[in-house]
Amino acid sequence: MKAKGWRDLPPGSVVLEGGSAVKFKTGSWRAFRPVWIEENCIQCLFCWIYCPDMAIKTKDGKRAEFDYDYCKGCGICALECPGKKGKKAIEMAEEGK
Amino acid sequence: MAKVVAVTGNEACANALRQVNPDVCGIYPITPQTDMMQRFASYISDGKVDTESILVESEHSSMSACIGAAAAGGRVVTATSSQGLALMWEMLHIASGDRLPIVMPVVNRALSAPLNIHGDHSDAMGARDTGWIQIWSENAQESYDNVIQAFRIGEHMDIRLPVMVCLDGFIISHSIERMEYLEDQEVKDFVGPFRNFLPLLDLDKPKSYGPLILTDLYHEYKRAQHEIMTKVKDVVLNVAKDFEKLSGRKYGLFETYRLEDADIAIVILNSAAGTTKDVIDEFREKGIKAGLIKPRLFRPFPYEEMAEALKNTKAVCVMDRADSFGGYGPLFMEVSSALYPLGNRPLLTNKIYGLGGRDYLPSHAAQVLTELNQIAQSGKVSVLKEYIGVRE
Repeated sequence: MKAKGWRDLPPGSVVLEGGSAVKFKTGSWRAFRPVWIEENCIQCLFCWIYCPDMAIKTKDGKRAEFDYDYCKGCGICALECPGKKGKKAIEMAEEGK
Repeated sequence: MAKVVAVTGNEACANALRQVNPDVCGIYPITPQTDMMQRFASYISDGKVDTESILVESEHSSMSACIGAAAAGGRVVTATSSQGLALMWEMLHIASGDRLPIVMPVVNRALSAPLNIHGDHSDAMGARDTGWIQIWSENAQESYDNVIQAFRIGEHMDIRLPVMVCLDGFIISHSIERMEYLEDQEVKDFVGPFRNFLPLLDLDKPKSYGPLILTDLYHEYKRAQHEIMTKVKDVVLNVAKDFEKLSGRKYGLFETYRLEDADIAIVILNSAAGTTKDVIDEFREKGIKAGLIKPRLFRPFPYEEMAEALKNTKAVCVMDRADSFGGYGPLFMEVSSALYPLGNRPLLTNKIYGLGGRDYLPSHAAQVLTELNQIAQSGKVSVLKEYIGVRE
């Protein structure tokens, strides 16, 4: 796609469509990645509620894998995760290791 | 049919806003503007306008509220002075970058420190590069007329930019002068209904204001913003033509006074221009060809027109009621930039006067004109920039 010149831009840098954030994959910002440990998951869906980026996928009403295209690695899900018998179902792991 | 009244500058601006009847007004008090928004708040409480007032906890919030309301799709106003304008600083750039035609009277006042409530131009000059259109006013009549014209200029579909209308704190904001009001209906017809442009509240067409734009497009957006500013002069002149038909009062990019055959000239903003004109008359009676330019549109600055107007003079003093410490006064920098491309240009001096409300007296104007006359004859400038009316 050819990059836009200054004459082609909408006035005021207004984005003229809804839901355009989906085009911007913010997962590349991540320094720590959340890892789901399914055996410790009680399906409370706290992570799904708390995630600011809608990066927790669900399937048939149950928690599924992370959406790493949009997860910025903020760690809120890992903090909120109650886990099972003191064992977290989400842990943060350093990217690249 | 015009109505002749005796009012203050603040009262005149508040009345202009009442006649325009904007949708939303951000309100926060600051001397010497307070009285303007207080009067406008009374119009709201008395049901004289349909405006939604937003009483905020700071000028930063006031401008933020105005930006939100303007992006939502309303005709929006506020007013401020000095520290208030300074506190708005980051939001001023957002209003212009988002192309929101907010109208804001700025009652010019000195900036702290030391704390001072009186009139000088340091506040609005500090907002020079915020992307706002700036229109300056000599007296209550011009302030009133400029506020009304500001809506047509900022809301023009080719422009859509915020506009500051500057008037001198206390000297104009609190002094009672004779002036003429237009009829309510005349103002309403002149300004016309607000035309929306990409409103957030158009729910069928969702959109986002204020996105993150990095190295890929930011440079292009700023180039586009500059382009809009190049179109402002024509719009200002066309709106002024229409306003003259309505009011009989003529406006341009700047006002010239006895400049046609002038050898020497003073360039000076706002209320001090009135004092200077009187002294120019005295010098003309003595046979000295003196003239004046009073800039009206300061942003965008009419460089070519200013150069054309001053090209036949021999010596010009640009007088600033603000300073750029370690530099020249802000108006001087513009006028010298305007004159530089001329092959034959007048000699220039820069005087800083009237900071923090220090009186600008006819004797100051006389001192400047006398010196200009000597410069015109000798062809030599001894001191380029100096303070006048300052105790040694």
